[in-house]
Amino acid sequence: MRLAGRLGGAAVSLVMVAVLGFFLFRVVPGDPVVSMTRGRPTTAAMQAELRAQFGLDRPLHEQFWSYFTSLLRGDLGTSFTFRRPVAEVIAERLGPTLLLVGTATVIAVGLGLWLGVRAAWRRDSAFDRATTGVSLTLWAVPTFWLGMLLMMVTGDLFPSRGMRDTDTAPDFVSQALDVGHHLVLPSITLVAVVCAEYVLVMRSSLLEEMHAPYLVTARAKGLRDDLVRRRHAVPNAVLPAITLVFLRFGLVVAGAITTETVFSWPGLGLLFYDALTGPDYFLLQGLLVVTAGAVVVMNLLADLLHGVLDPRVKVV
Amino acid sequence: MRVKLCALLAIATTVGLAAPPATAQGPVILKVAIVQQIDSMNPFLAVFQSSTEVGRLMYDYLTAYAADDQTVTEGIANRWEPSADKLTWTFTVPEGKKWSDGQPITARDVAFTYNLMLTDEVARTANGSFVTNFESVTATDDRTVVIKTKAPQVTMLALDIPIVPKHVWEKVTSIKDYANDQMPVVGSGPFVLTEHVAGQFIKLKANKNYWRGAAKYDELHFVYFQNSDAAVQALGKGEVDLINRMAPAQFDSLAGKDGVTRNKAQGRRFTELLINPGAQTRTGEPIGDGSPALKDVRVRRAIAQAVDLDALVQRVNLGYAEKGAGLVPPVFTKWHWQPSASELRKFDPAAANAALDAAGFPRKADGTRFGLRLVGRAGRAYDEQASEYLKRSMSDIGIPLDVRLVSDNQLNEVTTAATYDLAFSGWATNVDPDFILGLHTCGQRPGADGKGGTTDAYFCDQTYDRLYAQQLSEFDEGKRVEIVKQMQARFYDQVPAVVLAYDNALEGYRSDHFARFTTQPAQGGVIMAQNGMWGYYGAEPAQRAAQATGSRWPVIAIGGAALVVLVLAGVVLARRRQATAGERE
Repeated sequence: MRLAGRLGGAAVSLVMVAVLGFFLFRVVPGDPVVSMTRGRPTTAAMQAELRAQFGLDRPLHEQFWSYFTSLLRGDLGTSFTFRRPVAEVIAERLGPTLLLVGTATVIAVGLGLWLGVRAAWRRDSAFDRATTGVSLTLWAVPTFWLGMLLMMVTGDLFPSRGMRDTDTAPDFVSQALDVGHHLVLPSITLVAVVCAEYVLVMRSSLLEEMHAPYLVTARAKGLRDDLVRRRHAVPNAVLPAITLVFLRFGLVVAGAITTETVFSWPGLGLLFYDALTGPDYFLLQGLLVVTAGAVVVMNLLADLLHGVLDPRVKVV
Repeated sequence: MRVKLCALLAIATTVGLAAPPATAQGPVILKVAIVQQIDSMNPFLAVFQSSTEVGRLMYDYLTAYAADDQTVTEGIANRWEPSADKLTWTFTVPEGKKWSDGQPITARDVAFTYNLMLTDEVARTANGSFVTNFESVTATDDRTVVIKTKAPQVTMLALDIPIVPKHVWEKVTSIKDYANDQMPVVGSGPFVLTEHVAGQFIKLKANKNYWRGAAKYDELHFVYFQNSDAAVQALGKGEVDLINRMAPAQFDSLAGKDGVTRNKAQGRRFTELLINPGAQTRTGEPIGDGSPALKDVRVRRAIAQAVDLDALVQRVNLGYAEKGAGLVPPVFTKWHWQPSASELRKFDPAAANAALDAAGFPRKADGTRFGLRLVGRAGRAYDEQASEYLKRSMSDIGIPLDVRLVSDNQLNEVTTAATYDLAFSGWATNVDPDFILGLHTCGQRPGADGKGGTTDAYFCDQTYDRLYAQQLSEFDEGKRVEIVKQMQARFYDQVPAVVLAYDNALEGYRSDHFARFTTQPAQGGVIMAQNGMWGYYGAEPAQRAAQATGSRWPVIAIGGAALVVLVLAGVVLARRRQATAGERE
């Protein structure tokens, strides 16, 4: 029953997103046909032909109805810019984004939680102060600036753009190494910027548990400090962090617009950026549905998982 | 599990480190950075400048523009002849030219391409304006194609339409859905498209069948940069061999860099300041909300006179531009117009003030006359700096400026809807001036519903329109040049816009990889964004030995990273062992 309620809620959210997406992007200034044809010899008749091709000459409610019914059939429409089905354009950018943001999120979560636990456990130590200070500083740094700086500082150690070189040997190992090589700088940039979130959440929630009576009991049983932390304190303190992690995983699909732009990483973030300059309505709508869908699904998972991790949630 | 992972990493590392270093034996590749997306590789649909530029490498046009002086020269056709009434044009396609798959290029390919555009509206998407005046196109035999036009058209040798192979495209059932990605893509140009990864790169190989002879290197790669600063760095590091569209500060940053040669070229672009002249639709209805004061040509002239163009070029363009005047940039020497001494509007704020007084706009008690809005693009350095400069210039003549910097789309929207007083704009021009001149005719203004307009500055002037029609059917080039210059003089005099500067095209290349490029025109010309493919086609590699086609860095860096991970994994493992031992105690 509970599950059905949650699923229903998620479905309603998705429909809202689909409806909102349509009207939201129509408010974006700019005329796709004018943007497309600017700088080229164009006649008024050609503009009218383009408008008709894209269905932009029809009344808004008709456009909405045709968009919505196609969406229900799983058809996201055709991109004005790329002249290809939106689903196809998004699908080819999904892999690079999952690779970059996925890798960075996993590293950031692992590193962040680990640092957060250590910092809290040795509160006010030099380690704590250094960790908190450094992660807060990086959190405050503009992503764009950090990315460019890394690119300059590392000289020609790492490539400055994209996911692959054009002249790498076609065999799997060379290609994989090449992608790995391209992945280094954007991942470091992303990790540096988002890691602080996990550090701080983990640190503060563990601090709340530090003086709980059950820890005194655990110590009284003669457990080593490491075990007290690992077996007793952390499992209780990790819940807020789990929520955050799932929310973040939901956003993985949304990509990292700034990082992808700095490093010309061919993912969804970059696609979003390009779509906005049209504005490419169908592509924007498709991107919103896909990214919002991912967030909704991950939220649902976080909800369900909470029940498993924390028996108290089930009782309530 | 962990052990397996470590083993895998170890294997990967060993393989990585053992991989042989890349040698100089591979193909010679010219790598070019592009900062604009590719929209489509289908030449009938592609409208982005980047896609058109790649298209020029894949497909020849009917005629071409020579590299040295941009005059009309042989393309697919080598001879052409208009009839006495100028309504029928006969083009000859010589024998011996071949498509990249070895099939002969014939007049039937030309007729097929043009007829496709005449019959299928989707095929007109990109280049439809070139065929609007066509009555019929017929291939009378394999060598001859006859084009009949509805009215005499002087631009018949400037048809920028890629000619496609009939034997490939006649099988295409829907132009709209055809991505043109059957690699290698059959073409007639100096390069053949072999791979396109959307958002990442495009690879082309030299066309061995090219009728002018194959290019002097093997492959041409375009790599996509979203971030122009990164592209400049990539040139510095040798990751790419050629870049363009640099900002003045980026161009300066490459000065004295080893192995890099900079090319400051005369560009095809100009920057202008639109002055809303009282915008109206095609039907004469007022549109937008431009300041009524600007309807008075004396006010527009006064504004133009109060702007010091020399200072703008020096301070905002950092000297990388020439002072603006007519609509055609000086790179097109033949058509370029400069005001005579009597026509010239010298920078003179005092005269501008006097003119405004005389026009009936005296200064009020607070020293101002009337306020104006200036719209520019946020994030474009030129607009940000030039708007500050204009603010001061206008305040000197009692016009306080309200500057608004907005997104590209918003700027387009504002200028299309005529809801501006002053606005920054700019255009890239072509060898034939017809396009840039045509933008300013009355017919380009939008219809009664405010849609369908392609006007630049809402200019509508009977004298200008009459001259425009005249030049379009003037087949004596000398006379046409005269008319085109008169049109520019009229535009300058009526000031619906002030041409502020002709921007230099700022390019850079790795001269340690490629010794020489063909510029267009030969003197002070560009390598990229030409009206042709000469820049890429004519590139000459430097000594082959100097061109290492890869580096060991990726291997070493990744090997190193893997080692670090291995060590870390080892430490963690050891710690876990300890912990277990502790627990057992």
